[in-house]
Amino acid sequence: MATAPALRVVYHELHVTRRFWRSSVFFFVLTPVLYLGAMGFGLGGLIDEEQGTVEGLTYLQFVAPGLLAAAAMQGAGNDSLWPVMTGMKWMRVFHAMVATPLAPADVFTGTVGWTALRATAGATVFLGVAAAFGAVPSAFGLLAIPAAMLCAAAFAAPLTAYSATQETDQRFPLILRLGILPLFLISGTFFPVSQLPGVMQPLTWLSPLWHAVVLCRGATTGSLGFASAFIHAAILVGCAAAGWIWGMRTFTRRLYP
Amino acid sequence: MQARALEKRFGDFVAVDRIDVQVEAGEAFGFLGPNGAGKTSTMRMIACVSPRSGGDLSVLDLDPATDGSRIRARLGVVPQEDSLDLELTVRDNLLIYGRYFNLSLAETRARADELLEFVQLGDRRDDRVDALSGGLKRRLTVARALVNRPDLLLLDEPTTGLDPQARHLVWDRLYRLKREGATLVLTTHYMDEAEQLCDRLVIMDNGRIAAEGSPRQLIDEHCTREVVELRFADDADQQRALEPLHKIAVRIEELADRVLLYSDNGEADVERLSAEGVHPETLLVRRASLEDVFLSLTGRQLEE
Repeated sequence: MATAPALRVVYHELHVTRRFWRSSVFFFVLTPVLYLGAMGFGLGGLIDEEQGTVEGLTYLQFVAPGLLAAAAMQGAGNDSLWPVMTGMKWMRVFHAMVATPLAPADVFTGTVGWTALRATAGATVFLGVAAAFGAVPSAFGLLAIPAAMLCAAAFAAPLTAYSATQETDQRFPLILRLGILPLFLISGTFFPVSQLPGVMQPLTWLSPLWHAVVLCRGATTGSLGFASAFIHAAILVGCAAAGWIWGMRTFTRRLYP
Repeated sequence: MQARALEKRFGDFVAVDRIDVQVEAGEAFGFLGPNGAGKTSTMRMIACVSPRSGGDLSVLDLDPATDGSRIRARLGVVPQEDSLDLELTVRDNLLIYGRYFNLSLAETRARADELLEFVQLGDRRDDRVDALSGGLKRRLTVARALVNRPDLLLLDEPTTGLDPQARHLVWDRLYRLKREGATLVLTTHYMDEAEQLCDRLVIMDNGRIAAEGSPRQLIDEHCTREVVELRFADDADQQRALEPLHKIAVRIEELADRVLLYSDNGEADVERLSAEGVHPETLLVRRASLEDVFLSLTGRQLEE
């Protein structure tokens, strides 16, 4: 039976990861334990004592979905920068792929697809740990998993597309420090956007992470209406689609000069 | 494989300048030339991983512009730069590559073991590729190119950077494939490689084809039968020798460190040398090679 070309790329990644699956699982579990332990219980304990609740939630319940979305973003960031340089230049495995029936578009789609898949696995574990800690009050919480997948795709597609235009990894740390880190801090992850200065509040609409955080929080608390869920999801899909269109071009230009 | 006025431009730079080439099934065909001659650009167009800028190209009777994926399914490619997955084992590299062609795992497994024997890597099958030497990596790349039983094998400088022993092993395997009827197209900047492997070849220079024929034909047409290589103690000696040398030979070529004297009868010309009072420090009579053909066509040496 014929396997879709992009899935053959995913199969390659799966095969490579198989060697390290234990460490992958370890980090999938470690991430929520550390984050929720420090922010949810440590910082959260303090906040709950001082203030009671945040938007009607305990701080742990408030911060858990934010961290879940942020972890998906960070995973996508890590998977979409250096590994792309490895495929294009350092190990050239992408070049090996496109010498076969696979085309650059398949390599791009497979690579982004794999990143989204990994983020989905991470989000599932994250959600499980959060639920065990009592941070997921609603059964709709399961919907945070597809939301995290969308979040990962919204970051992975444009970042992977961008990485294919680079000859060195010189700018990658800048992307993490000036792109991923600020978004991590101000996208409603740790505190409600209403805490931001008034002029900055509308700007959060530009942050894909904020849309993902709203979706995840809406899911774990069961409080998001269908209409707004649709809008936030559509924006994430839009980011992924724009990145996908761009990536088709950058991968083709790089691999089929 | 057939190309008519095939052209590749990168911006203003013309890498391949309207070349005509035809390769028949079962043939071993070579592109010979120095770095930057346009060999790799040509190969990449044939391999359907680089769109042509002009002209016609048909590979396995299909057009790369429209049927790239279908053509690539029937090609075996040994690229100039290694593109093996260093994190995987030798055997897994073949298995994964087979998956790209959508071969079943069972089929690829059997094929992989057979190919690893063929390139004498059977005992390294479970080693990580990272740990292999350059020569072993090349052999694995050759094996990988054969996973899909290709109708056409493309090899871009298959032995560049290998030590003589490793090179001979690769040659030997390619020679076997050729004997079994495989169609090979290869680029090289090694004359001996072209002479060893190619039935027919073109010499490329500056994106154009400078000459075409079998190795023997090219030597006959563009060169004398033998070449006398003379080295002199110093430049002054060399300069003094030039005038008498011109009297003896049809053509001489002055290189940085030696003088080549093209001759139809090397021994006879050597005797005339001493009669003319030319006493080089060392002297060698050898058969003409493609290196000499290249030099006579372009006035430059192939390897700097």
